[in-house]
Amino acid sequence: MSTAVEEHVNSTGVDNKKLMMWIFLGSDCLFFGSFISTYLVYRNRSLAGPYPNEILDIPLTTVSTFVLLMSSLAMVLAVSYVQRGSQVLGRYYTLATALLGLVFMGFQVYEFSHFAHLGLTPRTNIFGSTFFVMTGFHGGHVTFGVIWLVIFAVSRLAETMKQKLLIIGSVFSVIIAMAGTMMTHTLDVIPNIPTIVAFSVFGIGLIGTIGSLYLLKNSDNQNIETIKKEEGNLELAGLYWHFVDIVWIVIFTVVYLISANDGAPLI
Amino acid sequence: MTTISYPTLIPRPKEYVSGVWSWLTTVDHKKIGTMYGVIAFFWFLVGGIEALLIRIQLSGPEGTFLTPEVYNQVFTMHGTTMIFLVVMPLSAAFFNWMVPLMIGARDVAFPRLNAFSLWAFLFGGILLNISWFTGEAPNAGWFAYAPNTEVPFNPKNGVTYWILGLQVLGIASLAAGFNFLTTIINMRAPGMTFMKLPVFIWMTAVVNVLIVLAFPVITVALIQLQFDRLYGTHFFNPVMGGDPVMWQHMFWLFGHPEVYILILPAMGIVSEVLPTFSKKPIFGYPFIVFSGIGIGFLGWFVWSHHMFTVGLGPAANAAFSISTMLIAVPTGVKIFNWIGTLWGGSIRVTPALLFSIAFIGMFVIGGLSGVTHAAPPSDAQQQDTYYVVAHFHYVLFGGALLGLWSGIYYWWPKFTGKFLNEKIGYLHFTIVLIGFNITFFPMHWLGLDGMPRRIATYPESMGWEVSNLVASLGSFILGFGVLVFLYNVIYSRKGPKIAGNDPWDGRTLEWSIPSPPPHYNFETIPEVKYRDDFWYKKYPELANESHGGGSGVEENSHSDSHEEPHMPDPSYYPLFISLGMTIMIGGFIPFTGHWIVCGIGLAIFTWAFLGWCYEPVND
Repeated sequence: MSTAVEEHVNSTGVDNKKLMMWIFLGSDCLFFGSFISTYLVYRNRSLAGPYPNEILDIPLTTVSTFVLLMSSLAMVLAVSYVQRGSQVLGRYYTLATALLGLVFMGFQVYEFSHFAHLGLTPRTNIFGSTFFVMTGFHGGHVTFGVIWLVIFAVSRLAETMKQKLLIIGSVFSVIIAMAGTMMTHTLDVIPNIPTIVAFSVFGIGLIGTIGSLYLLKNSDNQNIETIKKEEGNLELAGLYWHFVDIVWIVIFTVVYLISANDGAPLI
Repeated sequence: MTTISYPTLIPRPKEYVSGVWSWLTTVDHKKIGTMYGVIAFFWFLVGGIEALLIRIQLSGPEGTFLTPEVYNQVFTMHGTTMIFLVVMPLSAAFFNWMVPLMIGARDVAFPRLNAFSLWAFLFGGILLNISWFTGEAPNAGWFAYAPNTEVPFNPKNGVTYWILGLQVLGIASLAAGFNFLTTIINMRAPGMTFMKLPVFIWMTAVVNVLIVLAFPVITVALIQLQFDRLYGTHFFNPVMGGDPVMWQHMFWLFGHPEVYILILPAMGIVSEVLPTFSKKPIFGYPFIVFSGIGIGFLGWFVWSHHMFTVGLGPAANAAFSISTMLIAVPTGVKIFNWIGTLWGGSIRVTPALLFSIAFIGMFVIGGLSGVTHAAPPSDAQQQDTYYVVAHFHYVLFGGALLGLWSGIYYWWPKFTGKFLNEKIGYLHFTIVLIGFNITFFPMHWLGLDGMPRRIATYPESMGWEVSNLVASLGSFILGFGVLVFLYNVIYSRKGPKIAGNDPWDGRTLEWSIPSPPPHYNFETIPEVKYRDDFWYKKYPELANESHGGGSGVEENSHSDSHEEPHMPDPSYYPLFISLGMTIMIGGFIPFTGHWIVCGIGLAIFTWAFLGWCYEPVND
């Protein structure tokens, strides 16, 4: 925050923000742990179809899992290049990470709407409830990571603060468009979604635009300090991204590999 | 350092803005701590009034003061308020004030995040209590057991307010947890190794580990309940294969660490007060520290003792019974440590010391009744009776709140530079202790006599009249005691600033700086050689290796330019970002046009988020 606080020698030598990110990830383990435990406790408890063995498609999700794993590789390269001073390559790999994350999200949106057409929604049965809420919150984490990375990557393309803010404004617009498209695909998955989305999108769009325009009024060149700050931020984004990937590996194992043959309960 | 001029939505206020805005925009941990304390005390009065309403209703058989519906809302809100809006934030007030002062730091690691936690706590409490004015307050108990909380049984919005209010409060606690852990791990003064930390800091660290790990669990449970109520999922709906017992597991997996979140700060305070007024180091420092860690660890393996009567089977009941009895061991160790600290000390009696000693006594009573329901057969008799009510009021009021009051009397001179009046303090102590025991002790008998909790009335023939009447009278004595404290605070405001740096001949770093501390706390960051470093700086002849000394840091001379260290400028964004977040989360409550409210909240949130990220780093 300020010099006085930042100049305080860290007792452990680890940057405060990085330390906090690790603590946050520890906390997030319990967050996803609770969702995954609920899923496992409720395995084989659905009283109505469609059941997992009628609906889960392992090959398809294997592809999307591979995409997400490759995004982690890109993330490692991005952080590594930025730390070695290769800003351009770092930026491209950051963009590649975000892009792979988006592809993964595309798979998830496809899967959600596909399941909905096969008759599985969060309201259908307990498998639907646990599956959609757990993977949905994971998808939310991925989306947040994508936004973080995209803003990081494209804002580095800018020479001045003015360009940077213009770009951030346009990123917001792209995300709004994306969110709109995604949600029209998943209309029938969760009730009430269209309205909330309409207003969320409206809110973000309005604020993103007004905010960017207002910011433009007094802009300035960025300098070496901001670049240093962003290097730190990219490493934090990297930690977050890898964590979200690891969570997906667990979810993939638990939902797809372990329970793909679950059928109707043997009562 | 060169000045970086970032664009900003609203200019960052200057360091010394005055008036209301100096409080609304502050990022100073001391001001934030004060606000935590004041707001928590306000909720304490609200929760206290709710308690008195309950006691009026139960003072005689067939009470008609409240309808059963309102009675349910009052006891639910009493519990929720006292736990989430009183004891936790009062503890947070002490974390805020004392953590930087005791570890020799100028502020917490993330000052703006700290302000965000405060405002989210305030707005979360307001969101929770708005439910009183929108038809129905939450009415399902502070544990909100499913399926009682599901729509078919609870169609109004009370429970939804409870869910979303707790989400906001949870976010506030999580943010504070990340902040304090980072601060304690990373901002200690040079030389202050972990085994030289004051015990209060250790307990703060344990509490914040519990917060960081326990709150995600309740967050998920609340999300699932919210989806059940609003979007038709089936997590806790047995008709579709869900399981209400799953809610109980999730809730108590959070709920039991939560009770240690409530009690450990008070234990930390007592561990600071007793050594100071006994003029002795704490007895068995490593034992008391590792006992605290042990309690925090074992606290994760006892949750099902809240569920002995659910029917989990003998294996589960036996396992949780053993772990519950096991947790009494580190607790007992601590009690002997406190007695050992007092033993042979040159004791100076003050209200702070009396509250600490009363804490030990009351906590032992509450702890012993707690051990009696660690055994499943005896618990089956006590489950859902007033015996349990007596037990947890002895540990939460007789424990946590007396401990916190001890801290208030102890650190008040540091907060304000003035003393709280001692005579009124003794009066306050006496009335509260007597009123407390008159209120809650008869509940042991009531419970063993079979009086169930949460009943709005009871028939005449049960033989419960006398005990209930005594308890109700006691509760008014207790309420009067709280007013005496309030009077003491108002009365002592007029007193002279005579506390000086070190009124109690203290041991820890906060007593080495002026009272009240300057906004930068320490002119030069102290270097620490010993546990209770300030004490041995005052009395170097008493220092030896057994006091945690030894490998001190090398003396290095600070440049003694007496410039004021520069502290972070205030910021508007923590206030707005938490306001936007609360409006957004409140917008999920299904009233007409709620998505518009949600959208407005999201807009404020996004705007403040952008502003926060691009706020100039001030120099």
